[in-house]
Amino acid sequence: MAPMALTAFETAQKVKAGELSAMEVLESALERIAAVDGQPGTLDYGDLTDEDRAKVHAFITLTAEKAIQQAEAVDAKVRAGEEVGPLAGVPLSVKDIFTVKGTPSTAASRILANFTAPYTATAVQRLEAAGAINLGKVNLDEFTYGSSSESSAFQPSTRNPWDTSRVPGGSSGGSTASVTAGEAMLSLGTDTAGSIRQPAAFCGVVGLKPTYGRVSRYGLIAFGSSLDCPGPVANNVRDAALMLGAMAGADPHDSTAAKVPVPDYLASLGKGVKGMRIGLSPDYMQITFPDPETGELVRQELPEEIRAATLHAAEVLAKLGAEIVEDVPMPNTAYGIPAYFVISRVEAASNLHRYDGVKYGYRTQSDYKDLKEMYRKTRAEGFGLQPKLRILMGMYVSAAQYAEQYYARALRVRSLIRSDFDAAFAADGEYRLDALLTPTTPTTAFKMADVYGDSVLMQYADQLTVPANHAGIPGISLPGGIASDGLPIGVQFMAPDFAEETLFQVGQAFEQATVDEDWRKAKPAVMR
Amino acid sequence: MSDEINPELFEHLVNLAAFAFDPEEAEYLRRELNNQLKAVHQLENVPLAEDVPLASHGVTYTAETRTGLRADEWEPCENPDDILSQAPQVENRYIIVPDIPHTKLD
Repeated sequence: MAPMALTAFETAQKVKAGELSAMEVLESALERIAAVDGQPGTLDYGDLTDEDRAKVHAFITLTAEKAIQQAEAVDAKVRAGEEVGPLAGVPLSVKDIFTVKGTPSTAASRILANFTAPYTATAVQRLEAAGAINLGKVNLDEFTYGSSSESSAFQPSTRNPWDTSRVPGGSSGGSTASVTAGEAMLSLGTDTAGSIRQPAAFCGVVGLKPTYGRVSRYGLIAFGSSLDCPGPVANNVRDAALMLGAMAGADPHDSTAAKVPVPDYLASLGKGVKGMRIGLSPDYMQITFPDPETGELVRQELPEEIRAATLHAAEVLAKLGAEIVEDVPMPNTAYGIPAYFVISRVEAASNLHRYDGVKYGYRTQSDYKDLKEMYRKTRAEGFGLQPKLRILMGMYVSAAQYAEQYYARALRVRSLIRSDFDAAFAADGEYRLDALLTPTTPTTAFKMADVYGDSVLMQYADQLTVPANHAGIPGISLPGGIASDGLPIGVQFMAPDFAEETLFQVGQAFEQATVDEDWRKAKPAVMR
Repeated sequence: MSDEINPELFEHLVNLAAFAFDPEEAEYLRRELNNQLKAVHQLENVPLAEDVPLASHGVTYTAETRTGLRADEWEPCENPDDILSQAPQVENRYIIVPDIPHTKLD
């Protein structure tokens, strides 16, 4: 078996035991990258070729030399009989929104294209310290602003390994595509409205948004500071649990990283779901969005295949002894996106004012007469349209005369979204759920260019994932089936604050119970 | 329905944000802003009781879970030149900016 066909857990076990070297694993990963990835994302890339359209393009910056040094260091430790970490020799890709010392850290934006980070993000530092081999930086939507990865300034943007005419989802599209295509065993992504879970669903892998505060944001280039969560992308639940355990926990560099003990997540696996209460909500079986012409609200049932995959997951868990609680009311779900349009934009605008062509990053190359003109030209040339749109919206809805109407109201609606979950999970409440089961996305992966440019429709791809970000609770997306278009369908579980263990427990039970189902035999196009 | 963000208001926001656009970009951005605001107006339909608080975070921090602030102590930066080397214009270890326009206040 080629090393890249192993799980991260198995790989670390074999490397620790000296049965497999970290270098052999790395060589296997680099071979896969050479075979399937194609041109790395580049500024001012010309027209795409037919070959480009058939490749994955997960990477912006491959740091092979650094990876070789890390693999050699792991192998030397094993040979010397020294302790190596739980991720020994496991190839990892990192979304290019995290700083890694001495490595370009671009946020997929022209404005940071020349920025080489002088420090390493805590999550990356912990994963490397656990023995992971950092392959390099993978592509994303510019500053994470999107749900398809198409808005990257570094083209070709990432394509879906199941069908390269489709988007991988986003914004962690490079992360999920690199894991799906067998280029990395694990990837570090971020989730602000669904940016790990939605592309995980589109690419048929496991993606976890941990509880807000579970993983440090130090070294994460900020978008929505009250919503951003670093989290794992993996091929299976155990690998995701292994990765979270290696990077979670308080951090003196991030005052929002919570001082909550990190359990042994691997110990939560294999416990089964007997007696657990798993909820289903009709509010997650539809989406509500404004008609682009009239602004009138349109309510649409989800496609039958998406609903069926979720109900199938419920049946599987029921057979394993879980109690399925139907008709759990989550009445504020539909307000998740409207509230997000306000809150995330205000936070984005605030965070993006720092890019000014003075301290680091891009400065205009054209003439300017004074500081103000330099700012204007630098920001006009350095930011793409999506960051500009977010900055303008954030400034408008937080302006003194509108803030009460928009921003304050959105923050109060956020309380209501949180209260839906509080009621569903309350130990003394009517529902007493351990987890809520929902579809991850309203559709399977859409065609490249089909939605891009329509910022409203694109945002609604996150309607079923964004409530967890508002509420701060953890959520996981798991492969749950294959649709008639041959593309993966994701199912999502959400749990109370810091109950990632529950998600791993339920997720692994579902995974193991469905291991022989036909849809599990389907393989991504680039893996056939 | 008239646009909430008309061309004049859009121009004002563009100035505040220190941007510049060609007409095509400006039209796209203004249209998207107005479309997004149509979605945002759904929030007006939400019945909000007087006592619903503003949530700056979903998860509440407690005395036990809050990391707290570090002590305000001076620590030397390990690699100031790595940081200075990122600046577009540096002279004698000072970051250089163009002339700053002055506005005389009354």
